[in-house]
Formats: sequence, structure tokens, C-alpha cells
Amino acid sequence: MIRAEELTFEYERLDEEGNVESKKRAVDHVNLHIRPGKFIAVLGHNGSGKSTLAKHMNAILTPTEGTLWVDGMDTKEDDKLFRIRQDAGMVFQNPDNQIIGTVVEEDVGFGPENLGVPTDEIWTRVEESLSAVGMLKYRHHSPNKLSGGQKQRVAIAGVMAMHPRCIVLDEPTAMLDPNGRASVIRTARKLNQEEGITIILITHYMEEVVEADHVFVMDKGKVVMEGNPREIFSRVDELKSLRLDVPQATLLAYELQKRGIPLPKGILNNKELVDQLCQLKSKM
Amino acid sequence: MSIKIKDVNYTYAENTAYEIHALKDINLEIPDGQFVGLIGHTGSGKSTLVQHLNGLMKATSGRIYFNGRDIYGENFSMKELRSKVGLVFQYPEHQLFEIDVLSDVCFGPKNLGFSREEAEEKAKAALRMVGMGEEHDKSSPFELSGGQKRRVAIAGVLAMEPEMLILDEPTAGLDPKGRDEILDQIERLQKERGITVVLVSHSMEDVARYVDRIIVMNQGQVRFDGVPAEVFRHYKELEAIGLAAPQMTYVMQELKEKGADVDTDATTIEEAADAILHWLKKGQR
Repeated sequence: MIRAEELTFEYERLDEEGNVESKKRAVDHVNLHIRPGKFIAVLGHNGSGKSTLAKHMNAILTPTEGTLWVDGMDTKEDDKLFRIRQDAGMVFQNPDNQIIGTVVEEDVGFGPENLGVPTDEIWTRVEESLSAVGMLKYRHHSPNKLSGGQKQRVAIAGVMAMHPRCIVLDEPTAMLDPNGRASVIRTARKLNQEEGITIILITHYMEEVVEADHVFVMDKGKVVMEGNPREIFSRVDELKSLRLDVPQATLLAYELQKRGIPLPKGILNNKELVDQLCQLKSKM
Repeated sequence: MSIKIKDVNYTYAENTAYEIHALKDINLEIPDGQFVGLIGHTGSGKSTLVQHLNGLMKATSGRIYFNGRDIYGENFSMKELRSKVGLVFQYPEHQLFEIDVLSDVCFGPKNLGFSREEAEEKAKAALRMVGMGEEHDKSSPFELSGGQKRRVAIAGVLAMEPEMLILDEPTAGLDPKGRDEILDQIERLQKERGITVVLVSHSMEDVARYVDRIIVMNQGQVRFDGVPAEVFRHYKELEAIGLAAPQMTYVMQELKEKGADVDTDATTIEEAADAILHWLKKGQR
């Protein structure tokens, strides 16, 4: 679905005459391959380059060096731009910056309308997308009366209506309350499992990563760790040194290990931890 | 600095079709030096409430007392109240505007009428308090990382030397380390300088870890008010109003359901580890 080879991106700072004053390498020779239908998580501290990488995935940015292919299309080829943006949709952190319609269904219809989809087909897509994110009954509402989580789901529906094969979500839950956060993650998972859409989730919430198929960890523009969640979260000290964290259940298991309780590495959720503890107790 | 809120009501667009009763009969007392967590889902009234505390919004009815003085009284100076109660909004770094970090932080104290030298002195002290070294004083605020910008913005409020600091989601969008750094620094301010802190947060883990007391808002009313262990005992009711308990509460509850005789009041990792060790060692020879 998405493949990057030696992908490098530099931000240039220009002085008043327009000459290059300094360069900052935000993405540094990244190689990665994301297969269709996977749920991928990207972790990394603020400034590690993960958002810059994400912006390459639908050609908002193009590489300074190296290449990124979306569905086999090189993002540097201008004539592919339209199809790339249709294939790989993007959802950002702040829902208020991405909703433009005055009525929910109009907002969702904006994308397909721009693609030149016939009117009847637009309405079918709007209905499908809104029901996929569980917002169909709000179709006639004004977006500014919705909660943060609901707005984010409308934004996702807007992307869905363009029939993408891949959705990149850049910290979609950072501004939401626990309920809103859960509803957005549930929606992303559902689209992945039921519609087979490739999901790339960028987040600071470790709990959201636990069920991903594959995790990339970025630091200083490079991919420094990758693997499944269990592999990644068994490396507690390494993650902490990268300004990151592990899920709470993993952290508690780690704390108990430090205090001499023989628990296995890589515990990911409450259930696993509780089962292991009960087993231990029964052997005592 | 203490605040007392007595029978406060607030109605948006009163006597129109759009009337919304955002605060209903709020009665609260926040004593000097307390670290308070304020939680509630989006639209529960928590932001409306905090804006009353520094006089940005005026109650439709009821009284608010600041150190025993009625803030709606005739001789009360709102300007003084605003210098004593610092409010840090969400994403405060969007409000940075000056050419360098130091000038930005000077803006507050200068507005309060301090001379340039005094303002700089206060600004420098505030920047060091949030862990921003001298080397950043002359940097443009826009060259800093997200966490650094946020700290500069908080310093901008601290430079006015408030006695109470209200922070609306101060860690939203920060990486886990940045989140810990900001909250650790706020805790230090509260402990070392005796500043009263009100932390509005969506993270139950953060609230459990740092605050002395939790106030839960729902539909404009105070639903629960107590120490974290006490409030999170109501985790089912919290879920019903769109909130949750910290992960640790769920771990302890699940253990208990499986028949473990553990203390379910643990809300932080350390408390949970203590309770589990205690349980594992119980009955061992």
C-alpha cells in the first residue's frame, strides 16, 4: 500500500532575501513497507518526524531525497496527485480545522463532489460513510453543535466518502475526552476490519496502540524500533529514553517485576496481567 | 488563596430560545494551596466554571468570594483578581506572539504596570520555574518544540505571580515525557510556593497521580467531590456520564472479580503495585 525508500525530507529556512539560511532534516532515510489492510501505529515524541512522514503519505509533502509510493504511484509525479489523495485520506488533530460544511451531510459530500462523483452516487456514499462511523442520525445537524469525538468521526466520514484504500490519522484523539477517544478508535478499527481499509494511526496514547498489527517508533527522523506491540512494549526502558511510555498494564507489570514478582515480559492489557497474577497466586 | 463559590448559576442567552443552564447551584470551597482536579466530559460546564473563578464570566446568580471578599461587591477590583488567578487556556502556545521568549513572558507583568526591569526579573524567574534555561531567553518562540512552547506560555501566566493557577488541559498533544515534565513542574510550584492549582483534564491517570481532590462536573452540576480513591470508587457512575476511572482501578476491580482479596482503592501504578504485593504475600508461610 505504502512504500518508502530512503525517504528524506528537509525543512528549509529562508532569510529575507529568500536565500536558504538553515536546513532541518525532519525525516532521515526512512525505509518502510505497509501492506494493504493492516492497522499500523506510529509512535514518537514531539518533533520526532512522525507528522512530517505522515504528510508524505498523501503527497502534502514530497521527499527531498528518496521516494514514497502510494499504491505503486510515486508521490513526486504531479499527474498522480489526484489519485494519490483519493487513495490515501488524512485526518488531523483538531476537528474544528477540517470541517467546512454547515450541515453534517454536506461536509461529508464535499470530498466526492470535488472528485466529480455523480450526485446520486454522492448521496449513497454520504449515507454509507456516516453509518460506518455511527453518525447517520446526525446527518442534518450543524457540525458546530457536535462534541469533539463526533466531529472527528464526521471528519473520518468525509475521508471515507472519497473511497480511500488507506486513512492516515494524525493524533486524532489528542483533543478528546475519554468517551470521544474511545469512539474514534473504535471507528478506525471497524473500518480496518470490516472495510479492509489500511489504517495508519499516529498517537501519544499507548493504550490505542495495543491492538495494532505493527508499530513504528520514530526518533530524530529515523525509524528506531519496529515490531508488533508485544515486542515494542517489552522494551520499557528504551521507550522511556525516547520520551515515550507503555500502556498502564505493562507499566504495572514492569513495576511488579522490579519488585521481584516473576511476570513474563510484554504484558499488554489488564486481562493478561490479571490472568498472570491469578496463576502466580494459585501456585503460591 | 481561597475561593468560595456560593449558589452560583449561569445561564447562556437568558430569556431567549437558545437558553442553556450551564451551571446549576454550584457550591464549592477551594482552600489555600490545594491541588484540585476538575473533570467532566465536553460540555459538562467545567470551562464555564473556571472562567467564573477569574471573573471572565459573571454568574447569573450567586456569589463568589476571593479570600473572603465578594468579587461582585462594589469596591472589588477585577483587575486584581485577574492578576491573582492565572488562567492557562488550552493550547496556550497559540497565543505566543512576541519576537523572543523573554519579551513574550514580560507581556503580563508589564500590563500589570511593572517597569521593564521589574517585568524582566519576574519573567526570568517564571521561565526558570518551568525549566526554561537562560539560553532560550532570546530565541523566537516559534523555534521551540511543542513542550517548550507550552512551558513558555505557562511562564507567561506565572510571571504575573498568581496565587491560583488554573490550567485547562495543559498536556493535550504533548508526548508522554513532555506531559510528565509539565505536570511535575506544576506539582513543584504547588508544593514549594503554595500556589493553589486547578487542573482541568481528560486524563484520569494524570488526575489520579497528582491531585489531592477531584471535582466531577456533569450537566452543570457537581456530581462527585472527594479524594481520588473515593471518587474513582464510583467508576461505573463515571462511565455513565462519559468519563472513566484510571486503568489501575480496572485492574484492581478485575482482580477482585476473579476472587482476589485485594484493596481496590489503588489508582496509581505505585499504589496498585503495593496492593498486589500485599495480596500475593498474604497467607504465605
